[in-house]
Amino acid sequence: MSFITYVISGISLGSVYAIIALGYSMVYGIAKMLNFAHGDVIMVGGFVVYSLTSSMGMPPIVAVVCSMIFCTILGVAIERIAYRPLRNAASSLAVLITAIGISYFLQNIALIIYGSSPKIFSSVITIPPLKLADGALTISGETVVTIAACIVIMVGLTLFINKTKAGQAMLAVSEDRGAASLMGINVNGTIALTFAIGSALAAVAGVLLCSAYPSLSPYTGAMPGIKAFVAAVFGGIGSIPGALIGGILLGLIEALSKAYISFQLSDAIVFAALIVVLLVRPTGILGRQIQEKV
Amino acid sequence: MKMKKLLSMILVAAMSLSILTGCGGNDGDGSTTGTGTNDGSTTDAGSDDGSTSDAGSTSNAGGASGSWKIGGIGPTTGGASVYGIAVQNGIQIAVDEINAAGGINGVQIEYKFEDDEHNEEKGVNAYNALKDWGMDILIGNVTSAPCVAVAAETANDNMFQLTPSASSPDCAKNDNVFQVCFSDPNQGIGSAQYIGGNALASKIAVIYNSSDVYSSGIYERFKSEAANQSFEIVAETSFTDDSNSDFTVQLQQAKDAGAELVFLPIYAKEAALILTQADAMDYHPLFFGCDGLDGVLAIEGFDTSLAEGVVLLTPFVADAEDEKTQAFVSTYVERYGETPNQFAADAYDAVYVIKAAIENSGATSEDSVSDICDKLSAAMTQIKIDGLTGSDMTWAATGEVSKDPRAMVIENGVYTEFH
Repeated sequence: MSFITYVISGISLGSVYAIIALGYSMVYGIAKMLNFAHGDVIMVGGFVVYSLTSSMGMPPIVAVVCSMIFCTILGVAIERIAYRPLRNAASSLAVLITAIGISYFLQNIALIIYGSSPKIFSSVITIPPLKLADGALTISGETVVTIAACIVIMVGLTLFINKTKAGQAMLAVSEDRGAASLMGINVNGTIALTFAIGSALAAVAGVLLCSAYPSLSPYTGAMPGIKAFVAAVFGGIGSIPGALIGGILLGLIEALSKAYISFQLSDAIVFAALIVVLLVRPTGILGRQIQEKV
Repeated sequence: MKMKKLLSMILVAAMSLSILTGCGGNDGDGSTTGTGTNDGSTTDAGSDDGSTSDAGSTSNAGGASGSWKIGGIGPTTGGASVYGIAVQNGIQIAVDEINAAGGINGVQIEYKFEDDEHNEEKGVNAYNALKDWGMDILIGNVTSAPCVAVAAETANDNMFQLTPSASSPDCAKNDNVFQVCFSDPNQGIGSAQYIGGNALASKIAVIYNSSDVYSSGIYERFKSEAANQSFEIVAETSFTDDSNSDFTVQLQQAKDAGAELVFLPIYAKEAALILTQADAMDYHPLFFGCDGLDGVLAIEGFDTSLAEGVVLLTPFVADAEDEKTQAFVSTYVERYGETPNQFAADAYDAVYVIKAAIENSGATSEDSVSDICDKLSAAMTQIKIDGLTGSDMTWAATGEVSKDPRAMVIENGVYTEFH
């Protein structure tokens, strides 16, 4: 029975990683850049909801929508100001370093505004926990909502990319940016749209992260952001279903290695598992194998 | 080939980022001030504890001004800010009282408090800033990790340091540092003896922070003392600063092992999450903590009803009947709008300890920093203080205090004495 409880706590943790990884993976898949500031956009999303609900007394749903709008604008602004000017820079490392810079920038802004004392975030989810096996097993409402949200977002994104014109443009940009622009696709606009969607997803992820683990500080997004990045690589970065699978697997490995191997080593075991997966399948579990033509 | 290159780049990026955020957690802009070499005039002279000679002539910028310049350092922002703010306020009350009554030997106290965000580098920066201000005596740091870092600097400068609440034995390793609070080993042993002596439980689980010196220090001594007690540790679990949000696995192990009491030698921030998650999984053991748990009621947004029944070992009880405590509590409530915790009381006592040590030693504010330190260090082992956090407090030359611990329980949202 306790094994099942550990599995459930792994899935809860994993579902949070998964929802963050979705945004990571989508932005990488299309813009081909690692947006390390994603974790911090999540933190911003959390703080917006916290401010709106606790100090202005807005209903949670309205606050979540406001937070999504705010993060969308923030994401597009970051892309426009920090990433676009560097897109044609000689080294792709330039954008990576900028992303790290943005990440610290957002953390420090939050430090100035909110201070670094942690806030306890009151959950926006009111669904009662699922009780199984006569109450011996409990799955929290947050976990149920997070998993449901992951699936909805995954299906939604897949449909959007495959069925809409804008989605097709994204695919084209991700395949070959130069050729796409020759075909009359607005590359800058498409990438901005990608960031807009990715940041809106980050706001949702932030709310769910803080609802599940209710401590909110300017560093809240940093560690989950890294774990989610690992999850995205695990599942095959760029692959949207891969992000979900990678996130859940990561949460499970973390929880089970805590329970059965060692508390102190659990993070190391997560990374060891990543290395093993990458040795066997260099593009991750669901990653596309790309044939390079010589 | 290209794919491989890209992958290796991603991995390198991931690794370097995880290193970066490792420091990021502590927020790193500490590069500007070096360690202790800020103006050259104060540093190298006093490295030998016994040296009273040339250190004095150069190092005392502030003492000559005719007042006692007492500096304080602690986290007034950040995860541990409840402690730092309490200490800042506690010192302020004592300083105002002493100044109103004519100062120490007729000399007024000047007081300045700096923030260290519970971070080593910021602690050293704060110390250097206070030294530039002309500090004679340091009350600080509030938390153990930065205190250890600053203690290395004060030993170099031979600056007298009295920490109200940093409990790691490493803080008081040097001869110039003394503690008002219990040291971690004493807290660990004290907790085990209290639980065993009062037969609070027979099966005990521990959740501690293995990446924190305070928490693991208490835990180690608790574990070794537990062997002499009637209870059994059935689950030993831990977490680190990088994975401090999900505690369900730890709690589940405690629950499976049938623990009736969960010992939490940790700070209030994580304890708040543990209490929330334990409640969500319907697990209600007796939670028992040390002074780090003090302050759990003050966390913004925390549902204090979850902390009902939590017991903590601490030397200060705000509703104690004695006149001294009552006067302090009413002043504190009046000025800061909340009931003082143990840290405020420790800080208040610290100022009076310094006053007694100065009066005992005959040091004057004209003395150099290094002379003051030598005189006060010698006086510390001779004085006996009746303070808020214990009567007949005495100090060993090692810097450790001896006094009796008391247990408190949280009832109806306030601390009351545990019976």
